[in-house]
Amino acid sequence: MLKFVVRRLVLLIPILLGLSILVFLWIRALPGSPADALLGERATAEQRAAIENQYGLNEPLHEQYFRYFQQTFIDRDFGNSVTSRRAITDEFRERLPATIELAVGAMLFSIIFGVPLGFLAAKKYGSFFDHGSLVASLIGISIPVFFLAIILKYIFAVRLGWLPSVGRQDVLIAAEHPTNFYVLDAIITLNWEAFVDAIKHLILPAIALGTIPLAVITRITRASVLDVQNEDYVRTARAKGVSPAGVDRRHILRNALLPISTIIGLQTGLLLSGAVLTETVFAWPGLGTWLVDAIAARNYPVLQGGILFIAIIFVFVNLIVDVSYAFINPRIRYS
Amino acid sequence: MRGKPLRLLLLLITLLLALGIAGCGGDDDEAEPSDTGAATEEDGEAASGGTLVFAGAADPVALDGALVSDGESLRVIQQIFETLVALEPGGTEPVPGLAESWEPNEDGTEWTFQIRPDVTFHDGDPLTAEAVCANFDRWYNFKGPLQNPSASYYWQVAFGGFATQDNPDAPAESLYESCEATDELTAVINLTKPSATFIPALAQGSFGIASPAALTEFEADAGTVDADGVFQPEGTFGTEHPIGTGPFKFESWTRGDSLTIVRNDDYWGEKALLDSVIFRPIADNAARLQALQAGDIQGYDLVEPQDIETIAADSNLQVIDRPPFNVAYVGFNVGTPPLDDIAVRQAIAYGLDRQSVVDNFYAGRAEVAHQFMPPEVEGYADSVTEYEFDPERSKQILQDAGYTLPVKLDFWYPTDVSRPYMPDPKRNFEAFAASLNESGFEVVPHSAPWSPDYLGQANEGKLPVFLLGWTGDYGDADNFVGTFFQTPGAQFGTIKAPNQEVHDLLAAAEAETDQATRVGMYQEANQLISDWLPGVPYAHSSPALAFAANVQGFQPSPTTNESFATVSITE
Repeated sequence: MLKFVVRRLVLLIPILLGLSILVFLWIRALPGSPADALLGERATAEQRAAIENQYGLNEPLHEQYFRYFQQTFIDRDFGNSVTSRRAITDEFRERLPATIELAVGAMLFSIIFGVPLGFLAAKKYGSFFDHGSLVASLIGISIPVFFLAIILKYIFAVRLGWLPSVGRQDVLIAAEHPTNFYVLDAIITLNWEAFVDAIKHLILPAIALGTIPLAVITRITRASVLDVQNEDYVRTARAKGVSPAGVDRRHILRNALLPISTIIGLQTGLLLSGAVLTETVFAWPGLGTWLVDAIAARNYPVLQGGILFIAIIFVFVNLIVDVSYAFINPRIRYS
Repeated sequence: MRGKPLRLLLLLITLLLALGIAGCGGDDDEAEPSDTGAATEEDGEAASGGTLVFAGAADPVALDGALVSDGESLRVIQQIFETLVALEPGGTEPVPGLAESWEPNEDGTEWTFQIRPDVTFHDGDPLTAEAVCANFDRWYNFKGPLQNPSASYYWQVAFGGFATQDNPDAPAESLYESCEATDELTAVINLTKPSATFIPALAQGSFGIASPAALTEFEADAGTVDADGVFQPEGTFGTEHPIGTGPFKFESWTRGDSLTIVRNDDYWGEKALLDSVIFRPIADNAARLQALQAGDIQGYDLVEPQDIETIAADSNLQVIDRPPFNVAYVGFNVGTPPLDDIAVRQAIAYGLDRQSVVDNFYAGRAEVAHQFMPPEVEGYADSVTEYEFDPERSKQILQDAGYTLPVKLDFWYPTDVSRPYMPDPKRNFEAFAASLNESGFEVVPHSAPWSPDYLGQANEGKLPVFLLGWTGDYGDADNFVGTFFQTPGAQFGTIKAPNQEVHDLLAAAEAETDQATRVGMYQEANQLISDWLPGVPYAHSSPALAFAANVQGFQPSPTTNESFATVSITE
């Protein structure tokens, strides 16, 4: 097991290297430069030259990359944001909790609803409910996140006024943030008002972000349960007189869980990228809005650093998923 | 028995749903204060009070005017800091700010400012002439990376260079020479050459006067230079302790979330009506609109033209227009054929259907431009040669000049861009191309991505006919026609084909210290430019802001010098 984990961690090195080159080139392939984004049509030739000089953008590409590589991986300095002039690691640390909180909210939403829905659909195979859940999940997968977000906000924020349309917290609420996970902060500081407020702000973005995983989880659960419930060991268990509930829980659901957990793991990684759109629409101050703003401003250091960080998280999430298989399914052993 | 787990699951789902709904419903009453703009009256404050939540598109960079040039920073800075020269509310005419009056010497190189008495900074220190000079000296003595245009942009626009030229790309010469406090409340600013343009320029938020004690204590200029040569401030002046004299004081800032300022109860002038203003960044246009509709915010800037109808139709909301402060133009490179021929330029001017472009692509938020500066700015001429759309006349001019129709025209427009003065360049271009094709021309379309290709090529003088525009920094004619035509440049091809009369007149106008004479000179220049035709201005657009209907007293300014001190929220 330990060997497996170490091997996966070592693999991280070539992944990050390749990724750093890709990101580096991709960003420079975007039209425009930080100089234009900073100065717009005011940019005189001299001012542009000044800013490009400053960022070394007039050096040959391979020299730029080498400098970037040395700075990032050897000096371990991720640089500073072009627009805010602050350290990228600081900004990342501030924004990561917001994105994790949103991703966890979305994942909870999709698991709590997806697994039971898929299970029910399988148990009522061929019924109206089954067909209905299939159609609903198809819609869930195909509806664009930003469109869903705007519709949700229109209904629950603009029309009904039940939930806020933007942000993580009501700006008028006094709350302390020791960890920057707002829900957790509210619990730690025993601030009930802030807790309710944080949850209210989380509901719509979590639903908008969670629909795709919800639909995927529902479908996979359904397919997996259908598979498993016709297995010999299930029949045997029934023949032995195990109660239907016991069969469902111990024999069907537990075995059906393996593909579901794979999907949950994969979807969690995808949530990080899906969060980019959701965060923008909900003005959620996480990594997504950070990166979108950085693209608009041609903020190279933020894009380079931010994408690398996200890739690292992605790799780790997948590793955790792989390791968790061993616990869920004792038949799997890594060596 | 078999149905038990199913029922359990159903029960669980029902419970969760119920919890969710109860969670929403139960908080209605709690949520109300923020929904209605939160009139929290404290300490028996009278009719005034409340909190306004206002959304911009991004977080400010820092609250130190000398080191920023972005609109979101300056919006907040203008509430906390004040400048020597202010602008009349809603206009561009300089009026007394922290200086009660100012007077030039004979030749306009020495300006004496009478500083307003009994003004204190938010830290309790009094405003003195010495404090004013300390600010000017700070700006003039910026070193190294602080001389980069991404930091001290507005100083470089208004004053040029610094005491020492550390950055080879920074301007070498400075208009500023020195500042002397001749007594407690008299500051004398010496310039290296006569200039009057620096008076309106001083009204920009970047020249807000900060408490010298706070600048030192919170190390405004301390920092390191990162691997990219960019200045990384280490002090906390611009992030935690911005201390000026304005009607609002800084309270707190959670990046990416909200920035709060509160009323300065010791303000020397009319005190602010609101208790506090909270600025929050909402980058997405649709999200800003929905946040306003939902009552999460009470106002926002940068309203999209297509949203204006929705807002205007909603009785709970209102649209506020800024007076136009920009110009979109069809530029010519007068140094290249056939545009070196005035007949061709005139034919193009008559062949552009500007009215239909303005009517169709600006959502009713623009007027047809006839001069290279907006009507609000002094120096706008009462009348200039105007070119009404007249295709027959175009053809006639071309034929009289001996051209065989159609005349080929390489006409450029930018892609991937929307500017306030030009929301949809491609459609502007298409309409112009159609009207020119009717007028004896054959338009050859060219396009390039806005940045860096299009802007770069335009500024290098490689585009014969092109769409471009400009938004002013401050309310002075020099900032418009002076920028375009005072010195021969590449964009309009005036390096190859200068118009000495116009260049000389604009240079003289910049140095003239008598305002009435200056205005006359700019009016004359506008008439000359209109006959010379280095381009055809076609639109001045009005950017819009949106507010909840119960927000009163916001005075829009063409230069976005807007104070929240006069704003109030009615029940």
